[in-house]
Amino acid sequence: MTKSRYEITAGFLPLLDSALLVVAKEKGFAQTQQVDLTLVRERSWATIRDKLAVGHFEVAHILAPMPIACNLGLTAPAPRMIVPMALGLGGNAVAVSGGLWWEMVDNGATGNLDARSSGAALRRVISQRIGDRLRFGVVHPYSGHNYELRYWLSASGIDPDREIEIVFLPPADMGDALKAGSIDGYCAGEPWNTFGVLKRGAHLATVKAAIWKSSPEKVLGVNGRWGDSHPEALAAMLRALYNASVWCADAAHHEELAVLLSGPAYIDKSVEWLRPAVTGELRIGGRYTQTVKDFFVPNAKAATFPWKSHALWFYTQMVRWGQLKHTAPHQHVAGNTYRPDIYRSALKTLGLAMPAASSKVEGALRMETPVGSSGMLTLGPDGFFDGTLFDPDHVDEYVASQKQS
Amino acid sequence: MKPNNLNVLVIDENRIRASIIEEGLRDAGYDSVTIIADMTGLVRRIAEINPDVIVIDLENPNRDMLESMFQISRAVKRPIAMFVDKSDEASIEAAVDAGVSAYIVDGLKQERVRPILKMAISRFNAFSRLSRELEEARGELENRKLIDRAKGLLMRARGLSEKEAYVLMRRTAMGQNRKIVEIAQSLITAASLLDPGEDA
Repeated sequence: MTKSRYEITAGFLPLLDSALLVVAKEKGFAQTQQVDLTLVRERSWATIRDKLAVGHFEVAHILAPMPIACNLGLTAPAPRMIVPMALGLGGNAVAVSGGLWWEMVDNGATGNLDARSSGAALRRVISQRIGDRLRFGVVHPYSGHNYELRYWLSASGIDPDREIEIVFLPPADMGDALKAGSIDGYCAGEPWNTFGVLKRGAHLATVKAAIWKSSPEKVLGVNGRWGDSHPEALAAMLRALYNASVWCADAAHHEELAVLLSGPAYIDKSVEWLRPAVTGELRIGGRYTQTVKDFFVPNAKAATFPWKSHALWFYTQMVRWGQLKHTAPHQHVAGNTYRPDIYRSALKTLGLAMPAASSKVEGALRMETPVGSSGMLTLGPDGFFDGTLFDPDHVDEYVASQKQS
Repeated sequence: MKPNNLNVLVIDENRIRASIIEEGLRDAGYDSVTIIADMTGLVRRIAEINPDVIVIDLENPNRDMLESMFQISRAVKRPIAMFVDKSDEASIEAAVDAGVSAYIVDGLKQERVRPILKMAISRFNAFSRLSRELEEARGELENRKLIDRAKGLLMRARGLSEKEAYVLMRRTAMGQNRKIVEIAQSLITAASLLDPGEDA
């Protein structure tokens, strides 16, 4: 047995996209990199952030926009955080109550998870609605869930602040709140959409992978002070996670992955709730299933690469929804929270095909496209369902062009 | 407004711990302390109570919801910012170590609320200590029961007195470098295997 040189404690929330951390530990990828990895399960992102801040955790599974918000001083405590790796792409869905779903069907929703037609149907439902506004739940203000739900609504012609109400609650409570009628829909990670469909009569309206293709959801947040002073340990951790991502991506391991994640130390729920998201055979409502090949992408399409354009897009949404003002220094802090330089140097020894750039125009790739001379890496399709491009070199223009409703 | 006129809200699903904190705050002269142990309707309750300071345990899954309220000024009249900021790293660490977190109304002087956080930290630590001691005491009681049962088995099987039975177990434990309770457990297991009717 290899002797461990690095002791690392990582916080995580019991969700599908903790997979890379769980597999790094359980399948020995951490040990191979001489990392003695301890995983600590938490119950809120706020506590993940706080324990990362005071150094109880060296690294953590965290919402992709949250380290950016921390570095911008939007939350406290706010020590510097760095993001040297993403923990996969996609993984979320928008689920609605059975009642709302049938109203949407009457208004043209097709049940194929298409963001455009579902959004248009929801807009028609809302325009005919009398009485209370519809309520949608998300997990956290600085989350991909919040931003992609708002983006989807707004691009569908629905003002997310005036025409519906967005409320915040823990993901595990979403299904019950839906069933009780205190919310009409929610955007959350897995297994909570599958749980809603299987146990609480929910129906999926669309998925993250349709709203913003090839988009990051959770990332590895690193305590900046620790990362700076322990570059070798961090690099070893990134290699372990990368190798775990390769393992997770192999369809031959899907069943084992679902079982592993459902275990008592991790998500601690029925394996039935995990299998759909792991395999991409989504349960969308009632007895219907639909295959969404890129629902959760752990490795392909440079899924673990921390694109600066991703960080900057999240930043533009913080500005759009009034969380802070757009200034050059703010933009600088946001973009530099993600650290592709650390990713590149850590994974160099693995001999991977890596993206040549650290930023890309989101929405430029309409199909899977081989990049680099080796041809081993393909990217895309990426970008937003409404066809709008995000060019990270023209943030000012993008911010100015965004509807605030 | 005197410092103790602050409106303090303690959110904790553990009612015993919540009342320990409440008692501490009342003893320190904070008269306006409210406890929420039931998380249903949390947003509405907070809006009603309109607290100056919120104390909440780190394990509470509703922390994310709570922090989101600070963004929506409609839900809470005054925006609330986290008490502990980066200028006060020692108290952040002490709070996280103790498993508690606190928030205050924006603009409130830190000096006025620091005693509240200090109190919460010390009471959280005291509660953990108490729980640990209780856990240990419970374990000891369990051990004593096992040893008594094993003694009974030996007394009946070998016609020993209680004292002789105990001495025999202690000697065996010392000889095998094990605890008496482990010997007792082995005896009970062995007896139930040999005669399921005897000690089932």
